[in-house]
Amino acid sequence: MRSRLPVVLVLPAVVGLAFLLVPLAGLLIRAPWATLPAQLFSEEVGQALRLSLVCASLATVVCLVLGVPLAWLLARSDLPGRGLLRALVTVPLVLPPVVGGVALLLVLGRRGLIGEHLDQWFGISLPFTTAGVVLAEAFVAMPFLVISVEGALRAADPRYEEAAATLGASRWLTFRRVTLPSIMPGVVAGTVLCWARALGEFGATITFAGNFPGRTTTMPLAVYLALESDPDAAIVLSIVLLFVSVAVLAGLRDRWISA
Amino acid sequence: MTLHADLRVQRAGFSLHLDLALEPGEVVALLGPNGAGKTTALRALAGLLPGGRVRSGESDWDGLPAEKRPIGVVFQDYLLFAHLTALDNVAFGLRARGTRRTEANAVARRWLDRVGLADLARARPRTLSGGQAQRVALARALATSPELLLLDEPLAALDVSTRLRVRSELGRHLADYPGHTLLVTHDPLDAMVLADRIVILEDGRVVQQGTPRDVVRQPRTDYVAHLVGLNFYRGVASGTEVRLGEGGTLTIAEPAEGPVHVVFPPSAVSLFPSKPAGSPRNTWQAVVSGVEQHAHTTRVDLDGSPAVLADITTATMAELRLQPGTTLWVSLKATEIHTYPR
Repeated sequence: MRSRLPVVLVLPAVVGLAFLLVPLAGLLIRAPWATLPAQLFSEEVGQALRLSLVCASLATVVCLVLGVPLAWLLARSDLPGRGLLRALVTVPLVLPPVVGGVALLLVLGRRGLIGEHLDQWFGISLPFTTAGVVLAEAFVAMPFLVISVEGALRAADPRYEEAAATLGASRWLTFRRVTLPSIMPGVVAGTVLCWARALGEFGATITFAGNFPGRTTTMPLAVYLALESDPDAAIVLSIVLLFVSVAVLAGLRDRWISA
Repeated sequence: MTLHADLRVQRAGFSLHLDLALEPGEVVALLGPNGAGKTTALRALAGLLPGGRVRSGESDWDGLPAEKRPIGVVFQDYLLFAHLTALDNVAFGLRARGTRRTEANAVARRWLDRVGLADLARARPRTLSGGQAQRVALARALATSPELLLLDEPLAALDVSTRLRVRSELGRHLADYPGHTLLVTHDPLDAMVLADRIVILEDGRVVQQGTPRDVVRQPRTDYVAHLVGLNFYRGVASGTEVRLGEGGTLTIAEPAEGPVHVVFPPSAVSLFPSKPAGSPRNTWQAVVSGVEQHAHTTRVDLDGSPAVLADITTATMAELRLQPGTTLWVSLKATEIHTYPR
């Protein structure tokens, strides 16, 4: 028989586990289950939920359209300074989202480097709009997609692309018909992670897009607001987000991440 | 129309310089040891590497990328697209070159039928056996009717039993194919069986070329002699005497003059515990340096002047009680030795 597990390891492990799980359990215990259905379908929650889903999905689309080609460039081209570029792309991953929001304001705000011209020439103003929410979420979430897709691309054998070339396929056709299908698991995993990150985005969104119910108040913002005025609503919103997160995790584990 | 290729690839510590002329319908094998530059040559021809100048009649492929060259490639591990069915794999080249789907599928189906895989049209590559995958890869490469077919070690990934069958099938398809074929291999048997002409590449340079028969009978380098299993020496002949470069003299039956290559099969060599009396004109002393058991014979490696390989029967082996270090007498009939000018 193996000797007993050492207490110096087991004790902190159990404390750590409790530290991670007890708050989640608390959320479930304190939930106003009786009034939950009513809360869930209230105008306020419904609005925030819809806005969140729409914005996170749009942000994910933006990330896919821009991020997959970016990942391809990082993985397949012989661009000088590729390593540095790769490092820079991951900055938003570790950057406090609030800083991201400030940076976006400085560039795309009404007085920003680009925002000024957008406003003057096209009359477009992004801050404090739904489009601004989408941008803020995409900014924070895109690295998740890029890293996941780039990893899949590096793991994929480039000789299949050569085989496609010898069959007369252009690089674009090769990408669509050969490369993309072979990295699909990575793309799906990246998309889901990206979407989940966008859904939970708070800091960059509130900084860049503000907090206007129906326009920029997404779920996380609504939770924060409701905590002051209507704690029960905050709990309901939190539970919705918790379930979405768990569902994402379960979906990823079953289909794409087998440990 | 003859296809002329002038391949020049420079890389750190390696340079390839290969001129090839391929006739239509001809199968040329590029044979050489690992690192000789065979695959580099194939990649340059395919346009996957710069440095492959190819002229074919009026057209010049200089600087064209792979997708613009009229080629078909069978890769060593086939590289079938895993997410496509066998049929879609074969139709891929036609679709990529703009053929409509129904027509591409019809052509692909005919090709699958030709390689005997009509029932597996819907199968995914991972469900195919090695031999089947190889046939799909061949059908995929030929479906676009390429001018030049390139085969990179097409049999290397197969096990010995399938190999024999797939090799003869491949030979049949190559015989039917009207274009130019270049087969890259390190297996002399593949080259002998499948090719009309063998080009031997060592260190990025051609060291010998000719029909399989010529190559087998008259090797020009140690590598080739080793491949075809002959004792091989360079020497200077004067009448029926050949003085060997590495020491020793051999008596030959057919008189010759000047620098020659000298070959004889290991089976022509006899070994004796003491100096044999009588007929053979060539006898010398040698020390056993290695013994290797083959199916029905034993190959003995002997150091001497000259060093020599001998194939002896298991009975002789037992009789002589051979082991490394044993000193023996080597005997060789003059009529078994073949010489040809260097």
